[in-house]
Amino acid sequence: MKHILKILVNNHPGVMSHVSGLFTRRSYNIDSIAVGVTQDPEISNMVIVVKGDDSVVEQVKRQLLKLPDVIEVEDLAYHDCISRELVLVVVKVEDSNRTEIISICEVFQAKIADLTKTTMTIEFSGNTRQVEHFLEMMQKYGIQEIARTGQIALKYRST
Amino acid sequence: MPKTEAKISGARLMVELLEEYGVDIVFGYPGGAILPFYDELYKSTKIKHILVRHEQGAIHMAEGYARSTGKLGVCIATSGPGATNLVTGLTDAKLDSVPILAITGQVATNAIGTDAFQEADIYGITIPITKYNALIKSADEIARHFQEATLVALGGRPGPVLLDFPKDVQTELTSVRKADKLKIDPRHYQKPPIGGDLDSFAAALNKAKRPLLYVGGGAINANASKEIKELAEKGNIPVTTTLMGIGAFPGTHQLSVGMLGMHGTAYANKAVLECDYILNLGARFDDRVAKPGEFAENAVRAHIDIDTAEFNKRVSVDYLLHGDLKEVLKALIPKVNKVDRPDWVGFLDTLKKNHPLEFDDSTDTIKPQGFLQKLYEKSKGKAIVSTDVGQHQMWAAQYYLFEEANRWLTSGGLGTMGYGLPAAIGAKFGNPNKTVICVSGDGSIQMNIQELATIAMYKKGVKILIFNNNFLGMVRQWQELFYEERFSESEWNYNPDFVKLGEAYSIKGLRISNKSEIDNALEFFLEDDEARILEVMIPAEEKVFPMIPAGKSQKDMIEFSDTVRAGKK
Repeated sequence: MKHILKILVNNHPGVMSHVSGLFTRRSYNIDSIAVGVTQDPEISNMVIVVKGDDSVVEQVKRQLLKLPDVIEVEDLAYHDCISRELVLVVVKVEDSNRTEIISICEVFQAKIADLTKTTMTIEFSGNTRQVEHFLEMMQKYGIQEIARTGQIALKYRST
Repeated sequence: MPKTEAKISGARLMVELLEEYGVDIVFGYPGGAILPFYDELYKSTKIKHILVRHEQGAIHMAEGYARSTGKLGVCIATSGPGATNLVTGLTDAKLDSVPILAITGQVATNAIGTDAFQEADIYGITIPITKYNALIKSADEIARHFQEATLVALGGRPGPVLLDFPKDVQTELTSVRKADKLKIDPRHYQKPPIGGDLDSFAAALNKAKRPLLYVGGGAINANASKEIKELAEKGNIPVTTTLMGIGAFPGTHQLSVGMLGMHGTAYANKAVLECDYILNLGARFDDRVAKPGEFAENAVRAHIDIDTAEFNKRVSVDYLLHGDLKEVLKALIPKVNKVDRPDWVGFLDTLKKNHPLEFDDSTDTIKPQGFLQKLYEKSKGKAIVSTDVGQHQMWAAQYYLFEEANRWLTSGGLGTMGYGLPAAIGAKFGNPNKTVICVSGDGSIQMNIQELATIAMYKKGVKILIFNNNFLGMVRQWQELFYEERFSESEWNYNPDFVKLGEAYSIKGLRISNKSEIDNALEFFLEDDEARILEVMIPAEEKVFPMIPAGKSQKDMIEFSDTVRAGKK
């Protein structure tokens, strides 16, 4: 089962090593990790997606809270958070399929960020399932390169 | 805003902070990158610096000092190799929850990351083995880091912290002498409130017919001996301790069943199998004690700990309480019924009688077990005993009984050979009026034997007992039992003459090999407050029993009598 951990940490060098080292040391597998500063420049928000049963994730949470630089750990269940991932994908294009790809991008509300005679770089954001779906659609045109950010997430405010 | 005062150097400030904090002794070794600090230390009248012969010795001394006094242990090293020599000790302190502050020199900030002379990324290296660590980037940050580090080292579950101190930060001037605001959350240093349902916890204990207390090192860190005794006596609950918990409950108490686990007493391990309720007090279901899924499987399991990450980590429990053990027990005891348990206590008394600690004492050779019994009697059980790691460590744990906490110093979690001698020196500095005995083996003692020089230099009356079997005894034992007697690299015939070696450092020594010599030797060993080396020749085939083979459970325990029946002694 996948868990999305939202971890607030002090924003200074070395904290990332402390947190990721804890996962490595205990051989917990990280699916994705995304870090960015919050509205308070001294605090960063880390979003870590991990696979594991509930007891493993509970253990991870408790270990994280022992780190002096960790301020708060929250386990966001998939259904009550809004999560996004940004992907940049380079696909091969030919004259014959260019319009086809553009129309798929329109359906997905993906942006074309760069265009050459033979390639198209597309920017897409959505939740993990949507990103996977979009990449699947692009597969048949020949993916040349992918850059993904990993997930970021926030809790839904509405109830 | 921090108060503006006259500016002083970072090194001066660090020394003043240590003084203000009440540190009066530090263990260390100077070197280039820590010289400004040593220069300020030279001027201090309040702090005594103990010069060691190896930085590993410094940190184990700090550990021995901390564990025998309950205070913070402080050690100093220079950058690079000095700092990396602390790594074993930091790991040891992390696993055994010992409050240590390590201060390391670092190359100047503009040289960091350039592979400068004697540079090592000790901050990065020690991330997984410290509770807190920091690279101090400016002298203005010293006060905050110092405060955070000392609070974290002693707060909650204690542990080691490291401050890496670049040379230019040591000479940089600052007026910030007090931390304005700490960056760490108070949960890292304040006592946590009691978490969990005390009533249902107590109710489950009151329902038990055959309860057992399983006491770990956390009980000593929480200073909870008095409360444990009160709980045990009120409910007539037998007590077993882990290797780390030895001394938390009086070893001679009628309710004591001694140590449990791999080399625990047969009666303690049988008590674990027979109990219907087991209450873990500050232990961690370590793999030398508990096999997940098979540990006290028929019992209700309960756990009190200050570290929530220990709950359900290896063994799942039915009831748990979070908090400072002393505080939790104070709240719990009034809810526990006063009961006599003649059947259960009587049953354990019979077990003790029928399955005692045993060894074959029929020959003239000296048996370490019998020797330790004599040592216990002669020192009236009042000594502080440190050990190294191996057979001698287990025999000492079995045969030397402790009435009080903080008198048994051993490397439990990491199993660090070379711990015993420096730990004993540290303990002697912290307890100058007590007898301090280091129990070691011919293998272990050679891992930090250079600290004999420290003993000689400071004239510290540390008593060093070396059981010599010309083998790595515990390795040999495993090879005999599990590797068909292939003694791969465990036998050695190149031991130094330990007595002569002692003489080289002006330490008096004696070697004995016959049982008839024991009494005189012990008299010589303990007669005054001078350092002594006593080398005791023991048979190589002597083994530690009982034994639970690694990865097995209490059910698979091998007792001495089992081996006698099988024709193997």
